[in-house]
Amino acid sequence: MTAQGEAVSGSLGTRRSITTILGQIFGPLLQIFYFVIGSAVILGAIVIILALLLRGTRDDIDLLQGTLIILPQVIVDSLVRGFLYAMIALGYTMVYGVLEFINFAHGEIFMVGAFVSAGFGLVLANSGALETFNPFAFVVIAVLLGAAVSGTLAVSIERVAYRPMRNSPRLVLLISTIGMSLLLQDLVRIIATMTPLGFNARVQTPNLGSALTLAQIPLGERTINVIIDSRSLIFILASIVMLIFLNYLVNVTRMGKAIRAVAQDMPTASLMGINVNNIIALTFLIGGALGGAAGVLFGIRVQAINPYVGFLPGVKAFTAAVLGGIGNITGAMVGGIVLGFLEAFVASYLSLFTAGQFAGANYADIAAFSILIIILIFKPEGLLGEATTQKV
Amino acid sequence: MATRTNPQTNTNQSLWEQLTSAMSRGITPYILLTAYAIVVPFLAITNLMADARPSLYGDILFVAMLGTFLLLHKAPVTKTYSYVVAGILLCVVLPYFGTFNQLYMDVMIQIGMFCVLTLGLNVVVGFAGLLDLGYIAFYAVGAYLWAIFSTNQAANILPAMAASFPLGPEWFIIFLPLALVIGAIFGVLLGLPVLRLRGDYLAIVTLGFGEVIRVLMTNLDRPINISNGAQGIKDIGQPPLFMNPLFSAVGFDFNRAQISQLHFYVMVLAVLAIMLLVVNRLNNSRIGRAWTAIREDETAAIAMGVPLVQMKLLAFVTGASFAGVMGMIFAAKLTFINPPTFDLIRSINILAMVILGGMGSIPGALLGATLVTLLNLQLLPRITAELEARVEGLPAALDPAQYQRMIFGLLLVLMTIFRPQGLLPEERRSGELHSDNAPILTQEGPEPVATADKPTTEDSDSTVKQAGG
Repeated sequence: MTAQGEAVSGSLGTRRSITTILGQIFGPLLQIFYFVIGSAVILGAIVIILALLLRGTRDDIDLLQGTLIILPQVIVDSLVRGFLYAMIALGYTMVYGVLEFINFAHGEIFMVGAFVSAGFGLVLANSGALETFNPFAFVVIAVLLGAAVSGTLAVSIERVAYRPMRNSPRLVLLISTIGMSLLLQDLVRIIATMTPLGFNARVQTPNLGSALTLAQIPLGERTINVIIDSRSLIFILASIVMLIFLNYLVNVTRMGKAIRAVAQDMPTASLMGINVNNIIALTFLIGGALGGAAGVLFGIRVQAINPYVGFLPGVKAFTAAVLGGIGNITGAMVGGIVLGFLEAFVASYLSLFTAGQFAGANYADIAAFSILIIILIFKPEGLLGEATTQKV
Repeated sequence: MATRTNPQTNTNQSLWEQLTSAMSRGITPYILLTAYAIVVPFLAITNLMADARPSLYGDILFVAMLGTFLLLHKAPVTKTYSYVVAGILLCVVLPYFGTFNQLYMDVMIQIGMFCVLTLGLNVVVGFAGLLDLGYIAFYAVGAYLWAIFSTNQAANILPAMAASFPLGPEWFIIFLPLALVIGAIFGVLLGLPVLRLRGDYLAIVTLGFGEVIRVLMTNLDRPINISNGAQGIKDIGQPPLFMNPLFSAVGFDFNRAQISQLHFYVMVLAVLAIMLLVVNRLNNSRIGRAWTAIREDETAAIAMGVPLVQMKLLAFVTGASFAGVMGMIFAAKLTFINPPTFDLIRSINILAMVILGGMGSIPGALLGATLVTLLNLQLLPRITAELEARVEGLPAALDPAQYQRMIFGLLLVLMTIFRPQGLLPEERRSGELHSDNAPILTQEGPEPVATADKPTTEDSDSTVKQAGG
């Protein structure tokens, strides 16, 4: 009995072994890794089979060779898209976990982060320090700055616009978040156009290094270059670091336990002495900070942003959250990765396979929304979610 | 009158209340309203006769004239009286007024179009409680239907019948019911798969659907040129000018633009009248009560035997079909459409109208559509013009006409916080016992429903299990 009691108390977190903690932090990442490998292998196999089947249809190029040559680049693109959606999706899923509504303004929180990176680059450029600035320090400071601004913004929005309505019907709350999203877009537009940033802001960075050639695989008379450009690499690495931090925060710390408790049962959590309002503000802070950091990395990677860049990634990240099972943190990351892969493959291969009849980049959006609709109809609980029935 | 006596006897009444009660006794409101309905249009028309250019004074008179409808709604007069005055205003005074100035006529037509759209979205959002963020897609479908078939675009789709395109103006009348049907079909197409979803999922799926339609229209110029892609379709066919013989018989001599505008005015008015009739009848029927039941509590509604999917689908189809018709009229009026005309901000524009007026309220929808359209087309350009005249070198970013997003955003946030029932709340809602402005939640008492139907607790479950295992 005593042994059992000890085991229980140990498992409750008072005396957890280092392996348990590491498992809690890296377990979800391992799951992401499996999904990355799985998506890459399955989608890669599908396009290769399609290329073999359609080989005779194109006279001008060898379809199989064309497919293979761009494959590594597509996978890098998939990873960047995947981590982008994963980071934004976490904000949706955490808010949904505790409050059960879609925070439409989250895409704009992300956009604000991107503008922070543009502003930071501009300030450095004006002071003349940009060229000599340490690239590593630049990325770290920009990400922290973006996370701080966006996190604060998300918490303030919750306080001003959502908390007064926590008891009203969900429809009303949803409409308020839509209003907030529009408001933020226009505020940023006004600020950007009034400052030297301009509507189409350029994100200036120090020299972040040249592209990294990972491998060169010979294929007939041509070679497949497996190249990853520095900005994509920064994006992927920084995302992984932040996901590790999030897993630590949510799964290991006392604060994380409180968040999980509130998500599970709000009244009971408050009876256990958890300050529910603080925890809700905290989820907005974490979600907003992650969204802002994603925005900074996005800005650094694409280098040109405008106040409306947040909308589409926001909606797609929501799709990712639903795909993974909304309210489930690991699910959001996995959903983001899977969606990123699907979208990048559609964007790259659709025009190749249809001889340019369908411009893939444009149909990628349609693919993302179709996935959302299909998932919601056939598996509304998502990839990692569990089936639940609606109770009264 | 008697009530305007010394304030000591009724101290609990403010001056305003005393004044309104004095004005609402007996025959007084009729006299006042009739005087108002004669004086204001008279001033407005004489003002335009003297100088047809729009001015601040003219704008105020125009708004005051539209305000007659609100007064008619609010004042304690019989329905017959209201209908007669409103009918005279709509059918005679306003079109006559509009012939003097194309700008005002255009504003009136747009108000009418947005009234229909708002009523349609009000059925979906207000009556049935389904948040549809892709409403503009149905509008786009109607617009593209007429745009494709009234231009050479249709020849690309039906090469066999290429000689018969573009269709002539007389086909417009045939296409109006067709647009209704096509709108309804698209409503069913979207509705059937997604209507089983809960409220917030539905919002995002409809938003996605709206975007899909827009992206499709942008990209369907290959492999077959259906929508002419991002360039849009121009030279869209006009409706037949069926009232010409009437005008010449009465002896009016209008120019082409005036005649065209008058036709659009009449068409929009007719569609609006039909829409009002349909929506009003539906709302006060078994169907309307079923919608309200679904909106208030879906599970309870099922338990009461409300056929959930049929009812939701009906709400969707009603909204979609009228949006289709309006889209067609819109395309014919503008003679040019392209995909950005139908982006998300338009859907939210209409949503803002519904929220402003009051979800589920028919007079509210009309008021919301009128106010927001006036704000867009009259107030903002007016402020811009006044500012430009006074302030030198106003930065383009501060041009008030560009504030649309912010204004709609603020409108949505402020309305939902401070007056969620809207400016003219629904009658049924005012009969409810609880208040929409419930005291701000401290924290410990969240809605029991909100926590009970939590779909995903497995995250916390699994992590706890992890910790336990």
